[in-house]
Amino acid sequence: MGKNNSLRRNRVLVWRETRAAYLFLLPALIFFLGFVIVPMFLCLFYSFFNYTMDDFSFVGLQNYIEMIHDVIFRKALVNTVIIVIVAVPTVTAFSLWVAAVIYRMHAFTRSFYRCVFYLPVVTGTVAVSVVWKWMFNKYTGLFNYVLTGVGVIDENINWLGNERTALACIILILFTTSIGQPIVLYVAALGNVDTALVEASEVDGATKFQSFWKVKWPSVMPTTLYILVITTINSFQCYALIQLLTSGGPNHATDTIMYYIYYEAFKLNRYGYGNAMGIFLALVIALFSLVQFKVTNSGKMD
Amino acid sequence: MKKLLALFLTGGMVFSMTACGGTAKPADTSSTTMKEETPAEEQPSAAESTAAAGTETEAAAADITLWTYPVGKFGDAETVNSFITAFNAVYPDIRVTVEYLDYTSGDDQVTAAIEAGTTPDMVLEGPERLVSNWGAKGKMVDLADLWDEEALADISATSEAVVAACKSPEGVFYEYPFVMTTHTMAVNYELFEAAGALQYINEDRTWTTENFEKALQALVDYGHSNTGVVYCGGQGGDQGTRALAMNLYGAEFTNADHTEWTMNSEAGVKGLQQLRDWADAGLLSFDAGIQASDEIQLFANETLAMSFCWNAANQLTYAAQTAFTPYPVAFPSDDGVPELCGGIWGFGIFDNGDADRIAASKLFIEFICDDATQGIESVKATGFFPVRSSFGNPYAGTEDEERMATYASFQKWLGDYYNVTPGWTEQRTEWWNLLQRVEKSGDIQAEADQYAENCNAATAAASK
Amino acid sequence: MKAQLKKISGYGIFANIVMIALAILMIFPLYWIVTGSFKDAAAINAAVPEWFPSNPIIDNYIRLFQKPALRWLWNTVFMAVMAMALTCITAAMAGYALAKKRFIGQAAIFSLFVCAMALPKQVVLIPLLKEMAFLGLHDTLWAVILPTVGWPFGVFLMKQFAEGIPGEMLEAARIDGAGEVRTFTTIVMPMIKPGIGALAIFTFISTWNDYFLQLIMLNASEVLTISLGIAKLQAEMATDYGLIMAGAAVAAVPIVTIFLMFQKYFTQGITLGAVKG
Repeated sequence: MGKNNSLRRNRVLVWRETRAAYLFLLPALIFFLGFVIVPMFLCLFYSFFNYTMDDFSFVGLQNYIEMIHDVIFRKALVNTVIIVIVAVPTVTAFSLWVAAVIYRMHAFTRSFYRCVFYLPVVTGTVAVSVVWKWMFNKYTGLFNYVLTGVGVIDENINWLGNERTALACIILILFTTSIGQPIVLYVAALGNVDTALVEASEVDGATKFQSFWKVKWPSVMPTTLYILVITTINSFQCYALIQLLTSGGPNHATDTIMYYIYYEAFKLNRYGYGNAMGIFLALVIALFSLVQFKVTNSGKMD
Repeated sequence: MKKLLALFLTGGMVFSMTACGGTAKPADTSSTTMKEETPAEEQPSAAESTAAAGTETEAAAADITLWTYPVGKFGDAETVNSFITAFNAVYPDIRVTVEYLDYTSGDDQVTAAIEAGTTPDMVLEGPERLVSNWGAKGKMVDLADLWDEEALADISATSEAVVAACKSPEGVFYEYPFVMTTHTMAVNYELFEAAGALQYINEDRTWTTENFEKALQALVDYGHSNTGVVYCGGQGGDQGTRALAMNLYGAEFTNADHTEWTMNSEAGVKGLQQLRDWADAGLLSFDAGIQASDEIQLFANETLAMSFCWNAANQLTYAAQTAFTPYPVAFPSDDGVPELCGGIWGFGIFDNGDADRIAASKLFIEFICDDATQGIESVKATGFFPVRSSFGNPYAGTEDEERMATYASFQKWLGDYYNVTPGWTEQRTEWWNLLQRVEKSGDIQAEADQYAENCNAATAAASK
Repeated sequence: MKAQLKKISGYGIFANIVMIALAILMIFPLYWIVTGSFKDAAAINAAVPEWFPSNPIIDNYIRLFQKPALRWLWNTVFMAVMAMALTCITAAMAGYALAKKRFIGQAAIFSLFVCAMALPKQVVLIPLLKEMAFLGLHDTLWAVILPTVGWPFGVFLMKQFAEGIPGEMLEAARIDGAGEVRTFTTIVMPMIKPGIGALAIFTFISTWNDYFLQLIMLNASEVLTISLGIAKLQAEMATDYGLIMAGAAVAAVPIVTIFLMFQKYFTQGITLGAVKG
């Protein structure tokens, strides 16, 4: 009898908690289902159709088969993966380093640097790429002007027009525009590391580096995970810079999947094919995120 | 019904937020209807009856929208508004709203509007979009009644190519044109003079391929190694590089029926090979980092000695920045008779299924293009030339007369308007990709074959 | 001791040099935009860079404000503020529930959120466009705001913050007889305020800069945003760099203001709680 009662009470509690939780979740869920999940399913649905401006016929897996055999798609995939593999660790490591340098500075200097690193984000992609395009210009650009000026190079380099340098240039710009948010988060996270722990480890004779690695690094792990995930997703989505600077050239050296999707869907109006590549890209990104979750979580499961 | 559902949805969301969060600002419900146009000034109804009496068509009241690409001053609100005012003096009950597109993102916006079912009534651009893209996909209205016998005769008298360009392969007119131009190239006159290269340009502003090479050599010898650039960083202004490669050895860009791409012909490959050879010899260069606008900019600041993307409007646009004389010339050709690429601009009507709005749009187009006074003003606003021979020379007696006379002299070399070949959009991308490969590849013929194969595949797919 | 000091300062010098070099790289584009907005076309495009406008003009700004730049700015502010407010509220509530409640379907919902984060918004543009057209919202600012709010980044971020709220505090509130709503507004909200501040900035700025979504969803001049307005200043054969730079400079003002306004939240200590996948 008593046992039954407590069970029922327990069930009532669970039910009440569940109801409360769903009420809290409701607004977010409405937006999420309405404007993310529904389009996502539509996207999957369209990917099985030859969907263009004047055609909508079921083709089964044809779009996916074409995708696998599409040479440009494969090149775009490789470029995208290169961007992610180079940009994500660089951005994460650099922002952690910058944050470690500035978080102990005087409040004013700290604010100054934080602002400075946020500037490229604030300036907006269109305007920033106009300036970078000029800096990379072969004839009148800043880089050639400075480098020939100090004698590092004798002949002007065509930064964006050269297969060997174009992707690196894109990654450099991507780097400057992605580093702002991670720095802000890291500065905050480092500021919250328990100073007692750090001092204790230093009293124990740990070097700066050791105390950083043993004490601070684990404390900023959740921040690192968040930064890894968002930087990965942003790098995968790199498209506007490409459109504004190279149109994917030279010789597809800077084609990314996102840009190729845009090109197929909006320039050639092949929506079905674009959606098929979109589904593929989403799966790849999900896979990367999953790996990051697993790796950063391992060894510290609670 | 849909609107209601939408309102309900947004309303519901906002409500649920206010209810749970307690701090959410109630959304401004008027903003869902924000899109609705702000009311225009009421037209006096007296004017209506007099105007209606003066025209043979019953001008039903309608709200119509026009999207314009920046064709000369048609990208400028002040100019276009003055045209609409003139139009409303005759048709006070038709209200015209204008949105301005740009060449970078305009196509994407039209695509989105087509898919969302929110297309404008009219759009101002050229046949490659109106006819071979949106027209071919069944999004445009047949304009046969604007192309009456009088218009057909008048425009044919200027150029049969213009008439041909404005209709689909099935013979349906999707564009009603009003202006045209020929795209040329330009050289820096003072620099050419100093380098002793002017002698290679004929009196009538043509030159042969051989003399062009001598001119390049003269510039390099003079110490100006940045002669010209075969820009191929994207599709912007690609008519210049097409005309250059075609003309060197008199190649045809497509076959006469516009069903096949032919730059992999002997003459075409010879032209491409020639460009590559000049680049290898340091006489000119390829640049996959820039497009036409960048190239013209480099020409304007005297970095480059010539631009391959020039026309009457460009001279005007860059006048304030050029401290030298941009001297328009034809593209070099082996026989000295160039075949220049043309530009044709006019109106098309999107099929929104509303007969009143289509009729009103036709009245507007007729007024802008054909009205005796407005037609001339419209042409002048673009800085190009009328397609109607009866308009004569609209620039006579204006300060532009001399400059425009120079550009008019190129009209006689107007070549085939192959831009209406199906698969045009794909071809544009293939072209600059081909140029990028020509810069590096050892086998130009193979690259050109690859290009033609890709383009022909797109053409076949588009015309099936 | 001495040796250690010396070593530290050696590293310090190195760090400072790198920091200053990086800072210059970061500042330069904005510097060039601001100074460029005061130059005429010939000076902007001069073959030899003009480091500072030798002949400053305000013509670009005059021409900018002859266009409906203030309208663009207002639309953008409205859009970004709406998206920011809705995102912060919905995400805070959802994040709290996911972090602190134990309920049926919790793991499933959280996994769904995380998986969806991987989906780039651009991928679903065509379906989103169709949906907005169906709802009659295409060509209104809501067509940009609603999908932005739906994106689950905010929920994920807020969940990470809410993990840091001690369970005892919530328990204590419950024992005191506080209802769910009161617990949320008086205990949870103040505790995750720094997180909300951060989310507000990120949402505001990303909405502001989400050029492509705006491009696809907005056509009419009454709903144009500043990014679209600026992009429209580029022509096929001539780019008015002076005007673009003036536009970019004006557009940067509200964002910098927002950044400085919310910056104090960053110093109050953002803590991302433990991650539970």
